[in-house]
Amino acid sequence: MKFKFVFPTLKKISAYGRGLLSTLGIIACSFALNTANAADSVNSTGLAVTDDTVTVGILHSVTGTMAISETGSVQAEKLAIKQINEMGGVLGRKIKYIQEDGASDWPTFAEKAKKLLVRDKVAAVFGCWTSASRKAVLPVFEQYNGMLYYPTFYEGLEQSPNVIYTGQEATQQIIAGIDWVVEKKGAKTFYLLGSDYIWPRTSNKIARKHIEKLGLKVVGEQYYPLGHTQFNSVINKIKLRKPDVIYAIVVGGSNVAFYKQLKAAGIDLRKEKPLLLTISVTEDEILGIGGENIEGAYAAMKYFQSLDNPNNKAFVKAFKEEYGENIVIGDVTQAAYLGPWLWKAAVEKAGSFDIDKVREASPGIELTTAPEGYVKIHPNHHLWSKTRVGLAQRDGQYKVVYETEELMEPDPFPEGYQ
Amino acid sequence: MSIQSIREFMPKNNLVYFLCLALLIFVVFPLSMDIFRLNLIGKYLTYAFVAIGLVLCWGYGGILSLGQGVFFGLGGYCMAMFLKLESSDPESTKIQSTPGIPDFMDWNQITELPWFWEPFYSFPFTLLAILLVPSIFAYIIGVAMFKRRVGGVYFAIITQAIASILTILIIGQQGYTGGVNGITDLRTLLGWNIRTDSAKYILYFVNGVLLFICLLVAQFIRKSKLGRLLLAMREREDRVRFSGYDVSNFKIFIFCVAAAFSAIGGAMFTLQVGFMSPSFVGIVPSIEMVIFCAVGGRLSIFGAVYGTLLVNWAKTTFSESFPELWLFAMGALFISVVMAFPSGLAGLYKSKVEPWLIQTYTNIKRYYLERNGTRPAESGETL
Amino acid sequence: MFSEYTSSELVSIFAMQGFAGLILFSVFVLMALGLAIIFGQMGVINMAHGEFMILGAYMTYLTSNIFSNYLPGFYGIYFFIAMIVAFLAAGSLGALMEFSIIRHLYKRPLDTLLATWGISLIMQQTFRSVFGAREVGVTIPDWMMGSVPLTEMVEIPINGIFVMCLTVVISVSVYFLMYKSRFGGQVRAVVQNRPMAGAVGINTEKVDRVTFGLGCGIAGVAGSAFTMIGSTGPTAGQLYIVDTFLVVVFGGASSLLGTIASAFTISQAQSTMEFFLSGSMAKVLTLLTVVIILMLRPQGLFSLKIRK
Repeated sequence: MKFKFVFPTLKKISAYGRGLLSTLGIIACSFALNTANAADSVNSTGLAVTDDTVTVGILHSVTGTMAISETGSVQAEKLAIKQINEMGGVLGRKIKYIQEDGASDWPTFAEKAKKLLVRDKVAAVFGCWTSASRKAVLPVFEQYNGMLYYPTFYEGLEQSPNVIYTGQEATQQIIAGIDWVVEKKGAKTFYLLGSDYIWPRTSNKIARKHIEKLGLKVVGEQYYPLGHTQFNSVINKIKLRKPDVIYAIVVGGSNVAFYKQLKAAGIDLRKEKPLLLTISVTEDEILGIGGENIEGAYAAMKYFQSLDNPNNKAFVKAFKEEYGENIVIGDVTQAAYLGPWLWKAAVEKAGSFDIDKVREASPGIELTTAPEGYVKIHPNHHLWSKTRVGLAQRDGQYKVVYETEELMEPDPFPEGYQ
Repeated sequence: MSIQSIREFMPKNNLVYFLCLALLIFVVFPLSMDIFRLNLIGKYLTYAFVAIGLVLCWGYGGILSLGQGVFFGLGGYCMAMFLKLESSDPESTKIQSTPGIPDFMDWNQITELPWFWEPFYSFPFTLLAILLVPSIFAYIIGVAMFKRRVGGVYFAIITQAIASILTILIIGQQGYTGGVNGITDLRTLLGWNIRTDSAKYILYFVNGVLLFICLLVAQFIRKSKLGRLLLAMREREDRVRFSGYDVSNFKIFIFCVAAAFSAIGGAMFTLQVGFMSPSFVGIVPSIEMVIFCAVGGRLSIFGAVYGTLLVNWAKTTFSESFPELWLFAMGALFISVVMAFPSGLAGLYKSKVEPWLIQTYTNIKRYYLERNGTRPAESGETL
Repeated sequence: MFSEYTSSELVSIFAMQGFAGLILFSVFVLMALGLAIIFGQMGVINMAHGEFMILGAYMTYLTSNIFSNYLPGFYGIYFFIAMIVAFLAAGSLGALMEFSIIRHLYKRPLDTLLATWGISLIMQQTFRSVFGAREVGVTIPDWMMGSVPLTEMVEIPINGIFVMCLTVVISVSVYFLMYKSRFGGQVRAVVQNRPMAGAVGINTEKVDRVTFGLGCGIAGVAGSAFTMIGSTGPTAGQLYIVDTFLVVVFGGASSLLGTIASAFTISQAQSTMEFFLSGSMAKVLTLLTVVIILMLRPQGLFSLKIRK
């Protein structure tokens, strides 16, 4: 910009003033640019990154009905961030987090997600738990180009460029589990049971397809409203149909009622007649159910607190140091813990906090330090991971009885299973 | 319309209230806030539709409905169905096994659009449905209840049960309704992208205009004979009945009006937020909407708007800084409104602020008149 | 529908379903009895009823912890102590709430709804702050968790029997308290005509407080019993509130007998339908039927015939 010096007549004084202002502005800008320069190379889109900090968001419910489940995820994410900071942060910057409460309410999730992306300009968001909350925030993340690390095992049928799914999608969890009961326990007949919403229904659909493909039989399928507490009728039906396996995807408080009533009705899970296989009960849920009520049930998921490897031992120790000796860690908690680490790895590979660059760098990111062992991001933004089967113990822990040889490939849109 | 009837419809002080609110919504908010906050305000204002409806049927008619979320939800779902059909054209859904139907139907192995979704391809039908579906539903409930003289507490509990039934039904029939996730990922309205900032501005103003239309309708009802009858009915239903009026028809009418208001709010909510879910239909949101109305003052249509804004703003601010405290604050608010300020913000204004304003106005007037050498007006002259 | 079962299986189905229905019936009665007193007799819409139940459940949890830490020898019987603790805790909190808030609102029943909703929010958050957001597991003594096999198919859960016995005991004592004792006479007198009751020397305020406390106390006992069959978390109370109110209203609010009859009808209907339909649809149909019947017969199943 060029400025011709003009003698300031009264008429022109205002124009002169404006010129002066813009010159000042330019000076101010260049100062700002000077200070922002270092951050600029790693952050060209105006994220909340300074020379020594980077801000991320944590978005979970700490109030409302879902707080029961989401507490563990928040703790895990905070622990991971703390550990990363102790190791020197990401690209030399300490991670600061802004925590927002989704209040178990899907619109609130969308509102808070927008706040984190638009106002706080966070570089990544770790959060959401239920499918409904993820569906609610998804358009926000796509519109404002944010990055969400979503920890829960879920029904699949989704693949967003703006989400990294650190939990398992349905086929990973289901197929290995069913193959195992069929091969090792000789199961022939299945009774499918679930809470009435999308995850259990979709999962049971995949399970049914797989069971029928193996030439075996589903003898019943039942759904109960979320929060239902009376399962005597379905237990009677189960007794009548005498399935080899009860395949249960009951969630939340209903779990407690279901397992207590199952035990009271004289179905001793330890006898495995019928055997119970679940994909929805982690160590977190057992706290509420009580180990003595679920002892003998099997669960198929990717992580159990009792996993015997050095990564996990260190993780469990750190977690207990941070949150007390009695804390338990479930599958989702571990998946939530992976979020910040995967993000860190992707940012460092990309050499930038820019969402687009992080997205590009994400596929192929490996984590050898994951408590569950080794994970790798698939081009479809889900994780390669092993699936394990655990046997519930009286003390509320699972004993790992089986582990897939290979990493299971995530397949959110399974052919022929839809 | 004569000057006299206009004055009756809109007394001077009500006009002032209208203008103040218009100034706030159309000038102050848009100028002082960025689009993110303004969109939030727009979202809060959609609840204000419900609160205005509640002022009419609860404050005036004495009918407490704990199921207004049902109507809010129905309106919202009608709009969402239209938008969803628009965004699931065969082109953008071609990865599905049945292209051209909403994605959640495809996930549930539905291969054909259900018959009750068909009409929602038409925009005029959708607009009509937003108003009529909830009103007809309200009419059925109203006829069944009020003709049998069910009122008060029983009505509250039955509407609550209806809210709970509808929630379970929507969640259970996920192939047709989207289940607990609701209907999400809505993008365009008649080809117009509703997610851009400019669209948000426009929607905010449309929302504001609709709110004022509802306010005017409410003002009209309030000042008409119907409004006075409603008040009379609330106080002494028997006497109104003995005077020869069919009480139940008035109740049914006002309940339908409240339902239609809520439905407009729901439809605007869907447009501004971009999705609809069963979490608005249930009991908790329905009761929260009652508290918006109670905080504002159950007899004041303006109070309802301010109450809604205040409570929601407090909710957002609190939950950003102290999420744990929010429930305590909300609970305390419920109790204190009921115990200490039964007539809410509007009552506080009437008893505290307005007399002071009048006093100040009179003082200023007197001061000027004295300075001009005219005799001071008698104090106590009202606006 | 029945063709796929043999006749002996059919007999078992009906036996087991009948029993499941009876358990559900007991659960409903326990939930509704306290509310029937508070809502039916006093006209207070207590939306915090579910939270009082959860308070009872948490008290049971605390008691079980105390017993397992200090008195492991008596663990088998802690449940009875826990129920008394739950009754006292919920009852005294109820009486306190009546004294501080409810008594100012007797003339405005719809406002009690809002105020008690506020109380329920505060109680939920208190539970969350004190006991944590996660659910707690209440360990039930082993002798209460088994089942008695009658035939090969039919087994009777012991906790079901326990809940049923508890229901009978509580119902009978409430009946004697309300209809045979001096206190019950006073309560009914206050309900029917407050000024006259006051005029004959009944301390109406005290009667109100004790009645309210009693209702809340029964809710506490119910919550304590529900630890055997349900979950204990800060927000679990909200699950019960609609069902509870419907049971009370359906029975005809002012009649305790009506409450029991309506609990019986609803529970049998629901458990029968659950067997033939999916759980969600059974619930929808049951609620819908109740609502429709209420629309046709707003006074409920049983109603007091009094001149208004």
